[in-house]
Amino acid sequence: MNSQQFKNHFKKYLVFLFLLLSTIHCSLSTDVFALDVKRTVLPNGLIVLHSEKHNLPIVMVTLLVKASQLNEPKDKAGLANLTAELLTEGTKNRKSTDISEEIEFIGASLDVSADNDYSTVTLSVLKKDINKGFELFSDILLNPTFPQAEIDRKGELIKGFLRQREEEPSFLASRAFKKEVFGEHPYGRLIEGSVETIDNIKREDLVRFYSDYFLPNNSILSVVGDLTSDELDGLIKQYIGEWKNVKGGKHTPTPLSRGDLPSTLAGEGKGEGGFSYEKKTKRIVKIDKDLTQANIILGNLGICRDNPDYYAVSVMNYILGGGGFSSRLMQSIRDEMGLAYDVHSFFTASKEEGIFQIGVQTKNESANTAIDEILKQVNRIRKENVSDQEISDAKSYLTGSFPRRLDTNRKIADFLASVEFYNLGLDYVEKYSIYINSVTKDDVLRVAQKYLDPEKYVLVVVANQKRANIQGAGSQFRSIH
Amino acid sequence: MKYIRIFLAFILLLIPITTNALEVNPVRNFFSNGVKEYRLGNGLKVLIIEEHKAPVATFQVWYRVGSRAEPSGKSGLSHLLEHMMFKGTSKYGPSMLSKIIQKNGGTDNAYTTKDYTVYFELFSSDRINLSINLEADRMQNLTIDPKEMISERSVVMEERRLRHEDDPQSSLFEEVVAAAFKVQPYQRPVIGWMSDIKSIERDDLYSYYKTYYSPDDAVIVIVGDVNADEIIEKVSHSFGDIPPESSRKNFSSTEPEQRGEKRVLLKKEAELPCILIAYHTPSFPNEDSYALDVLSLILSGGKSSRLYQSLVYEKKISISASADYSGFNNDPYLFFFSATASPGRSIKDVEESLYTEIEKIKTEPPSEREIQKAKNQIESSFIMEQDSIYMQAMKYGMFEMLGGWKLIDRYLEGIRKVTPEDVVKVAKKYLKEDNRTVGILIPTKEVKSEQ
Repeated sequence: MNSQQFKNHFKKYLVFLFLLLSTIHCSLSTDVFALDVKRTVLPNGLIVLHSEKHNLPIVMVTLLVKASQLNEPKDKAGLANLTAELLTEGTKNRKSTDISEEIEFIGASLDVSADNDYSTVTLSVLKKDINKGFELFSDILLNPTFPQAEIDRKGELIKGFLRQREEEPSFLASRAFKKEVFGEHPYGRLIEGSVETIDNIKREDLVRFYSDYFLPNNSILSVVGDLTSDELDGLIKQYIGEWKNVKGGKHTPTPLSRGDLPSTLAGEGKGEGGFSYEKKTKRIVKIDKDLTQANIILGNLGICRDNPDYYAVSVMNYILGGGGFSSRLMQSIRDEMGLAYDVHSFFTASKEEGIFQIGVQTKNESANTAIDEILKQVNRIRKENVSDQEISDAKSYLTGSFPRRLDTNRKIADFLASVEFYNLGLDYVEKYSIYINSVTKDDVLRVAQKYLDPEKYVLVVVANQKRANIQGAGSQFRSIH
Repeated sequence: MKYIRIFLAFILLLIPITTNALEVNPVRNFFSNGVKEYRLGNGLKVLIIEEHKAPVATFQVWYRVGSRAEPSGKSGLSHLLEHMMFKGTSKYGPSMLSKIIQKNGGTDNAYTTKDYTVYFELFSSDRINLSINLEADRMQNLTIDPKEMISERSVVMEERRLRHEDDPQSSLFEEVVAAAFKVQPYQRPVIGWMSDIKSIERDDLYSYYKTYYSPDDAVIVIVGDVNADEIIEKVSHSFGDIPPESSRKNFSSTEPEQRGEKRVLLKKEAELPCILIAYHTPSFPNEDSYALDVLSLILSGGKSSRLYQSLVYEKKISISASADYSGFNNDPYLFFFSATASPGRSIKDVEESLYTEIEKIKTEPPSEREIQKAKNQIESSFIMEQDSIYMQAMKYGMFEMLGGWKLIDRYLEGIRKVTPEDVVKVAKKYLKEDNRTVGILIPTKEVKSEQ
């Protein structure tokens, strides 16, 4: 160890002394479940969540970085995704192939991906290889070089995959649905961007996006597994001790925004964003393909994660179409009518309003019957109270299944990072049951009326249109070929 | 037959429950540590693994029957029966099962393969007794109501449209497998051909159920926060009286050696051409299966593997390229290669590049580091999988279907012994032109208009 290295180590030592003072211990628990989590804020602003699990010799790491499609300009859609993809394609110390070879040699995985609200770097590694794992994790996080040849290669690959996905009816339906619901809002775009926008992304865009957002004071590190606090402290010190925040931690990175254009959400009728002309109308998008089945999505704009109605919506959605074989849609459309293998509803509660959608696939000829039944069920849950049995079953499922959301180290690591990101509080495991159990039948009726709209919905049908022959008097049609 | 069953049931009733469930052959090492194996008087085998890391448990029933056992003209029978297993017994009405499980915070599902059919629940561990009652009930009291059957049959036809008819890659897979086998029932897709599904009647299902769903042909796997001594008592109590079934026919067929390449073309609405090549190979625990496994990882175990590096990274002629071998089948099956051409590139070049990589590994032994990487990947995946009690139970159940869960150790031992020369040997032996079936998806695009 030379003197410079020694000085660095000494400096880091002081940092950790400070750390110890600011550490908070928390216990996430319910009647049946307890999760010990240590939450620490490092001087560089990085939030560290750690849970020790010594039952298996493995360590699961999730680094959540607040960088997503919300931060992209429209004409460079796919920037967050391409940045994430390029992290493992070359660093100051390693070429693309070296990175994959070294991580695969130890039977570990190291992946970077971007999503609609954030990006994640995940490492799954055996305890015996933890040093190698952290070394690679740190190298791709701190030293990516974004080589032009790799950018071109990745860009072409992503465009190829986008092309191939045009084969999937569900992909076509979902892409059209999001575009129609979100208009110009970033959530209306694919995380990969499009063939055109990918070509607009230059190396300097990637370098800037990376240096603007991949910062410790913009990130959450969650570590779960066979690792003590001391061991984790040592690893952080050794491998990511050099990760600098911007301006000594005083600067906060650009906050999440709605992108660079004013958004037009479904039904807001601002006359922008393509098809959003009128306030009170349903909009139907038909895509013609040589298929045996119609792939149908019906829905509208939903809620954001911090909406207080989140829990009432969870219960309502479970009863309508989220509850698998117990849901009303499944009972009627699959069990009674035999029309489909799968029918479901869900809402994506994101940082900003997400979608609420009902999806079904049925043979072309049954498309109208399935759509009618979906609308019937939407109307029913907006008109009548759900039964005592239904609400009680929904609550017992949602609360009773909670421990299964935390039954692997991988799930716990991801869960902790997202609890922190969405500000749910480290007592969320305890609070969840209380929130769900406080939902009443009136709440369910109220949120059904508020968030489901049987008049002003978006309907997408990917099918052999001649056979499906979609009815929709008085609605605006658009056909895509 | 009826008399025999009553007679057997009578004998079983006389056997005290505790002696019904003796633990057999306790063995302890890394992967078998904590596995408790029992066999009830009626032949039902039970594996229990106590895993107290989280307050959850999984209960799985594995039946040794899959599409491989179906009579010709009735493909899809096993899978449709799997669906009917959720449609009610003499005790519980249609779809009650899942509802009961869900209101207790659990989840349940099932799947059918070529060789076996699995039913499982995942629960908070304090609810696991529900599984015992429900699974014991549907092992013996399934109704198969004719009306329910007709409705569920159309559900399965929709499933087939969703997963196969409208999915070009999946359609190509069916074509290639069907062409590769002419005798062995692996030829048929698990979900069944559309016209076969349509022809399945209530009585086909019922007699199939009565023949194959019996305790002596099933294995229960329980993993999670449970007490083995307590839970085996309950399992014995609920399952111990179910009579075994002895009228089952053993099915076996041998695929004759392939003598010459077979080629199939599929023209379908799609975007990019893709290729799927299948070579006949033996299954585990054949001595060659270990080297075949290592070979598939050298070719296709991640971005650093040969096919990705060559076809995707260097030549850029494919957007994806992979090899896939799983020896975990009851009969010999296939070693697959698949690749999708990059936009504007020819599938012929892709095919040639795949053969170039195959020839390379036949002539030049892989490096020690490549071999070691493949072995590390296998060992690591076995440990990582134990993060999930569900995956853990699946692993034990799958090995049980192949002959016994202790084969896990034999498998890992076999992998550890593989040398570079073994890999060359199996590549030469099986990846031969005469032994392959090549399928190519040729995209067609019909332009239609709709107003």
